[in-house]
Amino acid sequence: MQRHFDEELQQLKNDILKMGALAQEAIVNSVDALKNRDKAAAKKVINSDAEMDKLELAIDEKCLDLIVLHQPMARDLRFITTAIKMNAELERIGDLAVDVAQRALDISDKPLLKPLVDIPKLAETAKRMIGEAIESFIKRDTELAKKVVLSDPEADTLKRGVEKELIYDYMMKDGSTADRAVPLLLAARHLERVCDHAVSMAEDIIYMVDAKVVRHHPEELK
Amino acid sequence: MHDINVDYEKQMGMENFHPSLVRGPVELNTNSMGEGDIFGAEPKISARNVNFCYGSKRALNGINIDFSPRRVTAIIGPSGCGKSTFIRLLNRMHELVPDSRLEGEILLDGLDILSPACDAAELRKRVGMVFQKPNPFPKSVFENVAYGLQVNGVRDRNLIEEKVVDSLKKAALWDEIKDRLKDSALGLSGGQQQRLCIARCLAVSPEVILFDEPCASLDPISTAKIEELILTLKKDYTIVIVTHNMQQAARVSDQTAFFLMGDLIEMGRTESIFKAPRDRRTEDYITGRFG
Repeated sequence: MQRHFDEELQQLKNDILKMGALAQEAIVNSVDALKNRDKAAAKKVINSDAEMDKLELAIDEKCLDLIVLHQPMARDLRFITTAIKMNAELERIGDLAVDVAQRALDISDKPLLKPLVDIPKLAETAKRMIGEAIESFIKRDTELAKKVVLSDPEADTLKRGVEKELIYDYMMKDGSTADRAVPLLLAARHLERVCDHAVSMAEDIIYMVDAKVVRHHPEELK
Repeated sequence: MHDINVDYEKQMGMENFHPSLVRGPVELNTNSMGEGDIFGAEPKISARNVNFCYGSKRALNGINIDFSPRRVTAIIGPSGCGKSTFIRLLNRMHELVPDSRLEGEILLDGLDILSPACDAAELRKRVGMVFQKPNPFPKSVFENVAYGLQVNGVRDRNLIEEKVVDSLKKAALWDEIKDRLKDSALGLSGGQQQRLCIARCLAVSPEVILFDEPCASLDPISTAKIEELILTLKKDYTIVIVTHNMQQAARVSDQTAFFLMGDLIEMGRTESIFKAPRDRRTEDYITGRFG
């Protein structure tokens, strides 16, 4: 039986898709601003966060309306609660993109400490993980969601590599590099947090599809 | 020995009594299934391989189900799936239906209620029933509640009064009608009439209460009162409720059973059934994809 409710769920799915696209775009643009020490691009990322904030509130309200008006059960309920959680994760990702953009502003007037290699890689990983999380949500693909969860160590390794290099190769050898190294350290940390949010989304998607709680239960992934 | 439900059916002109209603003293077998229910307790009622037919039409197919003691079990399912038919078996109301046939076993505390040794009137004192439409007798409020006691031979006026007051209090009705005990029960609101029927049921000290869509004809406030009452009563009684209202099933029950076309499709803890049912048919029903 086709339900009007299904159309509303599809609209919600489209909104999450849009939120995901905005989050990916914000991350890519913030890292470009960092790499290129581009003040204008950084400010653009910071300003565009308002759009994500607005969409987040609209999605939240839509979810509450769906719960109040339709009193959903089972897979419909799991879909809506997952959308609520993903919405919050994506909004946090938007905030982290703003944080990276702020770090770009921090170093925009100074010479780049070193050519950025691992931070763009980390950004690429974050973008891919967000994209895969969103795709697994749309396709209800738990295998892809598991892949996202299992990608987390990759992001952690990249972040640790950035930290190690900046601390041991630069700051400990020459303390005067700290004002250019610390923003890069923080940017790596922001990007690693983005990956954590993608993992949280993927865990929620596995619950949405299989009703299986894998959050804090990595053994359930096997 | 009279039975309150049967007397009501008589009043309503439904006197097609099955001869098996008139039986000797209760002596039930004491075998327990001993399997434990989903809450780890011995079931209060168990149905084993229950088949039921109206004439040549089969209404229930091999039902196996356990009802936990002092828990609320909701039975849900689309119209015609057999849920009301099933709960009527639990106090043998089906015997009022001519040309019906029942196979299988229904155990109350491990005792076979379908055994020839089991007296239906005695059974119905232990397993009371509240119907979809409030059905007070055309008598006073007091007489309605006292009726079951009187037909069961209780003559002590003080005891009857005590029991009536206690039952009205348990049914959360006392405060509203304590000054109207001599008024006709037919003058009460629908919600009050339904709670009066619950008080009438409680007066004969049942162990199990069957509710067949008890809020179907009530407004939201009366419905909320009945639901609160069910949650209070479950401390002392085993409750089975048939409902079409998914939210009501979710609010009041500890376990939920889903029936479809005479089959028990799935049964489990209520939160599991409504969050993550195992069977696709249950999910399709509770999410409104059919039914």
